[in-house]
Amino acid sequence: MSEGKSARVLVVTSGKGGVGKTTSTAAIGAALAHLGEKVVVIDFDVGLRNLDLVLGAERRVVFDLINVINGVAKLPQALIKDKRLENLFLLPASQTRDKDALTEDGVAKVIAELRTKFDWIVCDSPAGIERGATLAMRHADAAIIVTNPEVSSVRDSDRIIGLLDSKTEKAERGECVDKHLLITRYHPWRAARGEMLSIDDVLEILSIPLIGIIPESEEVLRASNVGSPVTLNAPLSGPARAYFDATKRLKGEQIPMQIPSESRGIFNKLFGRKAA
Amino acid sequence: MNLLSMFRRGSAPVARERLQILLAHERETRHQPDLLGVLREEILAVIARHVVFDPDKVQITMDRGSTVSTLAVDIEIPNRRRASGAASQQLSRLALSASTATTRSQWTNGLV
Repeated sequence: MSEGKSARVLVVTSGKGGVGKTTSTAAIGAALAHLGEKVVVIDFDVGLRNLDLVLGAERRVVFDLINVINGVAKLPQALIKDKRLENLFLLPASQTRDKDALTEDGVAKVIAELRTKFDWIVCDSPAGIERGATLAMRHADAAIIVTNPEVSSVRDSDRIIGLLDSKTEKAERGECVDKHLLITRYHPWRAARGEMLSIDDVLEILSIPLIGIIPESEEVLRASNVGSPVTLNAPLSGPARAYFDATKRLKGEQIPMQIPSESRGIFNKLFGRKAA
Repeated sequence: MNLLSMFRRGSAPVARERLQILLAHERETRHQPDLLGVLREEILAVIARHVVFDPDKVQITMDRGSTVSTLAVDIEIPNRRRASGAASQQLSRLALSASTATTRSQWTNGLV
């Protein structure tokens, strides 16, 4: 069964809901697979699964993470292979069972088995700081903290950083989870006018390294509407390029940081419409 | 900052300042999840070296105010020299209190 791999476990987390964890998990998971890595994305949001929907696999879910933990299904039976990328797999969350079904031992066993078969295990954390969120980060080697340039999101990210530094296996061994800040829903023109926290503000407050800035874009909504990660659905769009760059940085490549700039043309300015 | 300058500069600087103050405070308390519990144990250990008292008759309270916080320790000590029976037992009280100033400016200075 073992293919001699030793996956890197990445948790995509934020504390606050609605900041783009699931969207980012799908986009980065697909980007990693596109770059030749063998990837499994796991939805830890038991009771409110959505990663299947964002990946367009909602009608193909038979077994889920809880089924595997309970021994109802074997891990390979529950893994859904993406139809577009042969290297990308999804382990969906359970939709109906109660949250206590997600046990620490069960999650440890699933992660240990997946580690031998994949290059990357990307854990999509639920919002909050309860069991689902702490178990999603438990085995992480690296973390992407998804943050909107907005006060409540920044505060919750700070809290999550505290948990990553205390409640993870690595932290308990006295090591450190590699933490990366991903700023999403960034409006360059609002930041320029002082209406929105700037990149520098957020970096100074949270003081963890920046891995990418995803501009607010209708392409992100369009991609989730059709059930395809934005990195596959519109690979040349602003957000997709930002996700690809972030993914390459995650793999250790040195990519200069592009801060999305004011891209409104004279026509749009005159008629008050913002560019995509 | 008055309304006019807020309007001119946008509200981001306000957001930034509020976050810096709040997070400096939250980070401080995060690393000391049970400050009162730790203080209770350490203070009682010191006092127990010198006087005998009933650990159940100790009150430790912390009152957090906006500019000053107060820590009050109230320990009931039985006065054994005169004690001839439970009914006539005399009591002394040892009360300690400490104040900590936690002003906005200090939080901000601590962070920047």
